[in-house]
Amino acid sequence: MRLESLYQEIILDHYRRPHHAGLREPFDAEVRHVNPVCGDEVTLRVTLKDSDGGPVVADVSYDALGCSISQASASVLSDLVIGRPASEGMKLNDEFLALMQSQGEGAPDEDVLGDAVAFAGVSKYPARIKCALLAWMAWKDATAQAMGEREPA
Amino acid sequence: MTLDIVRIRKDFPILERQVHDGTPLIYLDSANTSQKPRQVLDALADFYERHNANIHRATHQLGEEATQAYEGARARLAAFIGAAGPAEVVFTKNISEAINLVAYAMGNASATGQSGRFALGPGDEIVISEMEHHSNIVPWQLLCQRTGATLRWFGVTADGRLDTSGIDGLITERTKLVAVAHQSNVLGTINPVRALADRAHAAGALLLVDAAQSVPHMPVDVAALGADFLGFTGHKMCGPTGIGVLWGRRELLEEMPPFLGGGEMIEDVRMERSTFAPPPHKFEAGTMPIAQAVGLAAAADYLGETGRDAIAEHEHGLIAHALEALAGIDGLRILGPAEPVDRGAAISFTVDEVHPHDVSQVLDSRGVAVRAGHHCAWPLHRAMGVQASTRASFYLYNTHEEVDALAAGIVEAQRFFGAGGR
Repeated sequence: MRLESLYQEIILDHYRRPHHAGLREPFDAEVRHVNPVCGDEVTLRVTLKDSDGGPVVADVSYDALGCSISQASASVLSDLVIGRPASEGMKLNDEFLALMQSQGEGAPDEDVLGDAVAFAGVSKYPARIKCALLAWMAWKDATAQAMGEREPA
Repeated sequence: MTLDIVRIRKDFPILERQVHDGTPLIYLDSANTSQKPRQVLDALADFYERHNANIHRATHQLGEEATQAYEGARARLAAFIGAAGPAEVVFTKNISEAINLVAYAMGNASATGQSGRFALGPGDEIVISEMEHHSNIVPWQLLCQRTGATLRWFGVTADGRLDTSGIDGLITERTKLVAVAHQSNVLGTINPVRALADRAHAAGALLLVDAAQSVPHMPVDVAALGADFLGFTGHKMCGPTGIGVLWGRRELLEEMPPFLGGGEMIEDVRMERSTFAPPPHKFEAGTMPIAQAVGLAAAADYLGETGRDAIAEHEHGLIAHALEALAGIDGLRILGPAEPVDRGAAISFTVDEVHPHDVSQVLDSRGVAVRAGHHCAWPLHRAMGVQASTRASFYLYNTHEEVDALAAGIVEAQRFFGAGGR
């Protein structure tokens, strides 16, 4: 096995120097997700702002305790979704989930998924898929909560 | 007596496997599940090929042979752990079911108001420890929720021993049951079960021993331990999955109400109510894992013939070697006793700046199979101040070269992730 097929340089870079890390104020929703297999956890906050085309992700901040894959994934996720409409972020989330479920057969589009394409190799390691998905699931949950609160009563 | 490792390794066909396109397998995950020798695989095949039938109810030759094989397996396991007789050995799915059996039987006793020493209510206490596997924590939490009893526990010292300093306040006349691991699945710590048994009995309480990590690795004698109940699981001792044992003292099994109801556990069934078979059958509802029981007995025979003292001595050498090799790695913290005294052959550790999942992934790339995570002992990891750990666990078929491969793999993980400026 070549370790580099799993741990691509992009992943290691994000792991060593994570982007947007730390918990920031203000925020619209905060969630804490845990991977019960290993005890890894992420606390993640989402801030939305209104725009003509619906809510846009103004900030994602997080505190992640976990392995290189889960930490790098949180970093890549925040890069991808900050500044985008929340609805686009949800579509990216679906794309990334599909990539993780591809058992190594996925052909991700770098124009869509950016640095997240580096995680394609993770899909061959069932024990590690949850690591890559932890932050994404937390983001989806927090964003759904934040959007729910913005719905007009 | 020393083990002939070359011969032993030949008994385990899987040890010849290569992983990841040509890397020899180094299996250091036996505390998770052990590998199976040819003798056990043959016993399973022989049963299915020649004797397969249901037990205790088939009135034909195969049925008699199957019954004989199953009850013979029970007798061999009784002898293996020093039980007073085969009736003290109840087959279960695994040790989780063995512990749940006692917990649910106590719940049933509490609900019906019968069987005084098993009935629990508000004011009664169950005592466990912080180093237990989840399977010796959660059943007792559930039992306490059902009955209103209180769960209490021993803490763990910084070096991974059971903290018995508060024992006078913990085991009291309110205690109904003390449930502890004989050997920690994470720390390797061997607990002073005999002393705990004496304290429990002095307080009028029962002692249940989780022996999942001790019975596979050392001679265990239930009478010498002073236990009232003791459970272990087949797949960690060279046996098949799907079979475990609850041993209980005869008079306790007679008094204790059943857990699962169904076929074969009854004496008489009427539409209004039923009466139950004597132990052990009272606790074995439905068709049991018959071939697996036969396979487990073959595993016990294999360990017995190999020599459990010799196995324990071999593993002692391996853990002493591993403690020394891992202590020499900068940035590595061993969880649990640093000396190979009252310590089995499982070693859990953390590596600064490299997450356990990443350590185990690098090890796996070199063919070294270990476990990463909290090893079903989350409270223990919290008590030790760590989120997760990597665990290597040794068995009779492991070698000193494999210990060295573990240490080399950890150093490689540090290099790969750039830990400690490497």
